[in-house]
Formats: sequence, C-alpha cells, structure tokens
Amino acid sequence: MEDIEARFQVDWPGFSLDIDLRMPGRGVIALFGHSGSGKTTLLRCIAGLDRNRRGFLRVSGEIWQDGNVWLPPHRRPIGYVFQDASLFPHLSVLGNVRYGLRWAGKENSARVEQAIKLLGIEHLLDRYPERLSGGEKSRVAIARALAVNPRLLLMDEPLAALDFRRKQEILPYLERLIGELDVPMIYVSHSPDEVARLADHLVVMDGGKAVAQGKLADVLTQLDLPVRLGEDAGSVVEAVIGAVDRNWNLARADFAGGSLWTRDCGFPAGQRVRVRVLARDVSLSTEHPVESSIQNCLPGTIDAIGQDEHPGLALARVVIGDQIILARLTRRSAEGLKLAPGREVWVQVKSVALIE
Amino acid sequence: MFLSDSDLQAIWLTIRLAATVTLVLLILGTPIAWWLARTASKWKGIIGATVALPLVLPPSVLGFYLLLAMGPNGPLGWLTTTLGLGALPFTFAGLVIASIIYSLPFMVQPLQNAFEAIGSRPLEAAATLGAPPVAVFFTIAVPLALQGFLTAAILTFAHTVGEFGVVLMIGGNIPGVTRVASVQIYDHVEALEYVKAHRLAAVMLAFSFLVLLVLYQWRPQSTKGA
Repeated sequence: MEDIEARFQVDWPGFSLDIDLRMPGRGVIALFGHSGSGKTTLLRCIAGLDRNRRGFLRVSGEIWQDGNVWLPPHRRPIGYVFQDASLFPHLSVLGNVRYGLRWAGKENSARVEQAIKLLGIEHLLDRYPERLSGGEKSRVAIARALAVNPRLLLMDEPLAALDFRRKQEILPYLERLIGELDVPMIYVSHSPDEVARLADHLVVMDGGKAVAQGKLADVLTQLDLPVRLGEDAGSVVEAVIGAVDRNWNLARADFAGGSLWTRDCGFPAGQRVRVRVLARDVSLSTEHPVESSIQNCLPGTIDAIGQDEHPGLALARVVIGDQIILARLTRRSAEGLKLAPGREVWVQVKSVALIE
Repeated sequence: MFLSDSDLQAIWLTIRLAATVTLVLLILGTPIAWWLARTASKWKGIIGATVALPLVLPPSVLGFYLLLAMGPNGPLGWLTTTLGLGALPFTFAGLVIASIIYSLPFMVQPLQNAFEAIGSRPLEAAATLGAPPVAVFFTIAVPLALQGFLTAAILTFAHTVGEFGVVLMIGGNIPGVTRVASVQIYDHVEALEYVKAHRLAAVMLAFSFLVLLVLYQWRPQSTKGA
C-alpha cells in the first residue's frame, strides 16, 4: 500500500504517453530517458498540472485521481521543482520559501527553517531572484518545495540548466536532503551520472512508454535495455568503505565478492558508498594477469553477453559475489577468448567513481 | 479666472466620468483579459475581436447603435425602464455605459498582454505550493502584471477623457450632466469664442501629454526580471 501506482494515457498530436507503473513509495525514483521520451509529461500528470483526467494515481494508499476523483494540483501534497527554478520574481528568497505556508499550515514554520538550513541559503533570504546565480536559484526552488512538507517530491531536471561546476555544487545538497528527509522523490533526468548518484529505483522511458524499471543496479545492468547509454553504460555497486590507505591516498570499497580500490574521497571507514563502474573501464581476461598497472582484479562469472550499440562491440554481464558489473569488449575478443555464460573470468577495473 | 465656471464644471464632469469608467472597467475588464490570456477556447477569437471592435469603429457608429439599444425600443432601454431606472440616453449613467464599451479595449488589451507575458510557469509553481486558483491570481498574477494594470488604467482614463463622438450621440450637451470638456470646446468654437476654446484645449493638451509622459517614463520596480 506504500506504493505509487500510476496509469496515464495521453494522446496529443505527435506525442502519446502510455504508462502503467507501480513504483516504491520510498527512496528516490529516477525517470530516465532522452528528451521527448515523456518523462516531464508523466511528472506533470502526477502533479496534476496537465489536466489528464483519464488516468489513475494512488500515492501511499490515497487516491489522487481515478475515474471519479481528480485532485487539482493545489490539493495534492507535493513539492515540485521545475527545471528553470521558476522563482516568483516579485518575492524575496524568504518570500518564495514561505509562499506555500499560507496553505500548508503554520505548523510548518519549523519545516521552513529546516529547508533553509538543508539547502544552505541562510545568507540569501533578503535577496530577490534576479540577483541570484543559477545554482542559488535551484537551491531556493528546492527549499521552497520542501517547505510545504510534501508527501511526494517531484523534481523535473532541477540541474539541467546548470553547468558542470554548479551541478557539483548542488548534488551534495540533494544527497543530504535525500539522506535526512523521509520523503519519496521522483526525479526526472537525462543524465546517467545523476541517476547513478541519486536513484534507488529506475524507470527508463522511451517514446512515451516505460520500457524498463526496477532496482537501479538491476536496470543498469540489463543488456537489452532499449535506451542506449553509449559511453555511460555501466553499473553501480553498493559497497562499504573497508579501509583507507593514507600513504597512497586510496580507499577500499568492500562488497560481498570482493573489493575495489579507488581514490580516497575523504569517506571514513564504515561509510556506505556507491561505486560507479563504467563498462568501458572494465576488461576481462581468462587468466589471472600477472603484472598490470590496474589495481583492481576480481574473479567473476559471466552471466550473459549482449550486443552493444556498435556492431563491433559486445557487453558482458559479470557476476561478482552479489553484485553485477558490465564490461565492454570487442566481439572479436569475446570470440577469441571463447567467452560465454557460465565462464569464469578475471575482471580488471581500470577506474571507478565513488559516489555518496 | 483662467477658466470659466462652466469650463470647470465640464472638466469636473469629465474627470468623474473617466474615473467611474476606469474603476468599472478594472472590475469588468480584468476577468475578460485573464480569460483571453489563458483560454484555449474556440471562442477566444470572437470575443477578442468583439472587445477590439471599438478601436476601429467610428464613434458615431458605436454611439448610434448604443442609442438604439438604450432607446425605449432597445433591449437596454427596455431593461432599464422595466427595472424602474428610467431611460439612459442623455443621462450621466448612459454616458458611463457607453464609455465603458467605447474604452473596453484600452483596458483589456494591455492587461491581456501583461497576463500573457507572465506565462503559465509561475502560476503552476504557485499551484504546486498549495495556492488555490483565486489566490494564485491575487498573489502572483496581479503583482506580476502591475505594470499592465497601470498602463491599462491610465490609457482607459485618458481615452475616456478624450471621447467626443459617442458622447454627442448618447449624452448630447447638458451642462453638469453630459457636457464633458471635449464637447465644451466644441461649443466654444461653435460660438466663435476662440479664446475660451484655446484655454480649455490647452488644458486638455497638457493633460494628455502628462499622462503619456508618465506612461513612457515611469516603470515600477516589481516587473523587473518577470
């Protein structure tokens, strides 16, 4: 009953959405897809912004719309962050953040304080939106959405309008609020990097349909994923920092089945982390490599081999303990090494990224 | 005295008329402008064209039809006499109603443009924060369209002040009731009192220029970044 159940059908000239989804009612759900895949439309349907009454939506046991009921957006307990922040230009930052309080109830004043603190905008409260940078606007927009104490957070590519450095500036705030608040979040993105960092559950959209969905690691390592990720194909490994080697500035991320050495990012031992391993950084060999610059070499078993985007390339799914890693290799080397499901291999991981 | 008593009376009447019309139109024109700015209805074109009609119609044509409508056999006239309000032509109330129709586009169009310029995004953002539609209108749309309200009110006021043809058709020329400044000038000229006509005309010219100066020079802060 904690689930989010959504069924929508939209038929517009040149675009249609046909969705029948059951998503977990907690954690971060990423709606991932290329532009035009219908992610934003689905999010707007969930918010009630697009008057599509031919749908069904139930959030944690409460019907927001079905054949008879249709809650207008202002009656849905949501927080919505638009791509372009959409701050009210005639109100100060504080005025923006407090805007929803009039209807959310005064008891949420504490929530405003918390939102302001979480997003680190204490020093901006008197400013007007025109005097904020892009990153600051995003933070204010997120704080404004949190301040109404939503039961469901909807984020429509809140970072898409920002450059790389600004994104890196906001992501820690997002991770912090995900960690501190127990509010389910639906996060629309076309960035595999953001998805890998933030999502627990992944819904892949293409042509107005959900073409794959499930736990993040499972969906990412699906070889027949209809949406091609190209250079971003890879997996996410859930691990715990096991040791930090101060001499070499390296950290060891442990998981059942092995461990991966990576650059030390300052996480203490015991910290739960996500390790992102891109398929292009993984190579396979049938014998234990003797001398190599590559630090990470793990034994694993090939689970499946699939076609990659380029006809000369293949993707291999390798099981290591309870985790799965994707490896990109040429079809010629797959043939030459006689790689096939069930075959035991050594997995060499050239580089990994620690996240969270 | 620079202006005669009857001149002052005409000016005062003009101001009363223009102020009344502006106030009524603020109330009537705003919902029309809001609807025109937001609707996707197929009626939008027809309503929009109807509102704009007074812009191109000769005032005498408009006044003629209004006179017929307000007359004892017209629908408006029938309504007012049935309600015991008497006939409208040659009264201040008749003048107000005629001016409301005559000045309607000057209120609606700047407002419609201002509402359209806001776009739907700030309104959607307000709705997702829990604001019901009426609150969205007053807390977001009105402050963001403030410049539009100002422009619309000033244009409506000034345009009503400058009205002549419709007044002659509907109101005639009754001192203190329907003899507005523009009609008074006409009277002065008819009587070959050019000096008097000059004085009043100069006042009107100065007023008109001042209004436009305010409109072009002064921009409130609140619409910045909108």
